[in-house]
Amino acid sequence: MTPDIRRGAVLAEEGRLPPERIALVDLLDRLLAGGVVVTGELVLSIADIELVRISLRALIASVRAPDETETEADYEPSWR
Amino acid sequence: MGADGSGAVADSGIYLYAVTSEAGEACLKLRGVLDAPVRKISRGDLAAYVSTVPLDQFGEEPLGHLLEDLDWVGGVARAHHRVVESVAEAGPTAPVRLVTVYSGEEQVRELLARRHDDFLAVLSRVAGRREWGVKAYVDPESASHAGVGGPAERETSRGQRAARPGTAYLQRRKANLRSREDLWRHAVACAERLHAALGEIAVAGRRHRPQDPQLSGRKEWMVLNGAYLVDEERSAEFAAAVMAFREAAAGAGPGTEADAGDGAGVGELGRVMGMDVSMDIELTGPWAPYSFTAVELETGGREGGAR
Repeated sequence: MTPDIRRGAVLAEEGRLPPERIALVDLLDRLLAGGVVVTGELVLSIADIELVRISLRALIASVRAPDETETEADYEPSWR
Repeated sequence: MGADGSGAVADSGIYLYAVTSEAGEACLKLRGVLDAPVRKISRGDLAAYVSTVPLDQFGEEPLGHLLEDLDWVGGVARAHHRVVESVAEAGPTAPVRLVTVYSGEEQVRELLARRHDDFLAVLSRVAGRREWGVKAYVDPESASHAGVGGPAERETSRGQRAARPGTAYLQRRKANLRSREDLWRHAVACAERLHAALGEIAVAGRRHRPQDPQLSGRKEWMVLNGAYLVDEERSAEFAAAVMAFREAAAGAGPGTEADAGDGAGVGELGRVMGMDVSMDIELTGPWAPYSFTAVELETGGREGGAR
């Protein structure tokens, strides 16, 4: 093992967090865009109602600080 | 538990967390959403992990409102994650999208039967692999002074000193915008290189949307929000690559701790790796393979569901 790999192993180990310490935003990235999506008549899923993304966006928009500068607004849409 | 839910009138549903190949009793002491006990539903060589949820929260109507409550969503997300994590510790796991609720256990069994081959394909794809997250941020404030945008900005403001104050302000502002644009382009290119390099070690890579600063609490530009599916035996190698990029992109001059450790000049390394913008790179994980199981499965059916 080269030193780099060994240090990598240390870093990988440090990355492990107990579930309650994981940032919600990192979790939502995965829970809202990942996982098997099941649709059909027998199931109620987010894919069916497509509410989560819309609602979360509304929620986020509602808490968004109004003091964003013009330049940030100019750039932000290109990330999306 | 009581009725298996095939009846029409129900006040509870079956919340589905994950599907695995039939293996150990991974998490039968676990509690899931709303602290309900988690149980396993088996059919053939597949198993689904579920818990009972009340439809006064998980029915279509109330759910629509509750999904606007970030605390509620957070609680459900963490409970979901806790179950998925435990199951994934025990073996190959296909997490199911947040808030997937069946009308009864029989319908879950039917899903396992109908979509057996699809689930097996997903499970074999993620077996022996973990997901890692890599995020990269660029701080436009500090970077535009020291970095790419700096010289152009200074030059322009010097050239315009004689102009009227209002004009000078506008021109300075324009130059600043241009330098931010340059910085943005460089940062995006760096992120592309980072993503491509990590993709060489990973089995698969995927970019999530940049996180909302209001949720992440980070004001910097998020130029990479990547997820990578990595063979377990290459985890350390992957993390080492992230670390090398992190050190190369930290933008520090000579004499960083990495120099002391490895002897190799990090500045040189940074140039070789194409990291010409100062970036903050973070590693998260290992995660259950959420980002690599996003397949859509249709489960047609004759009976009414949980709605």
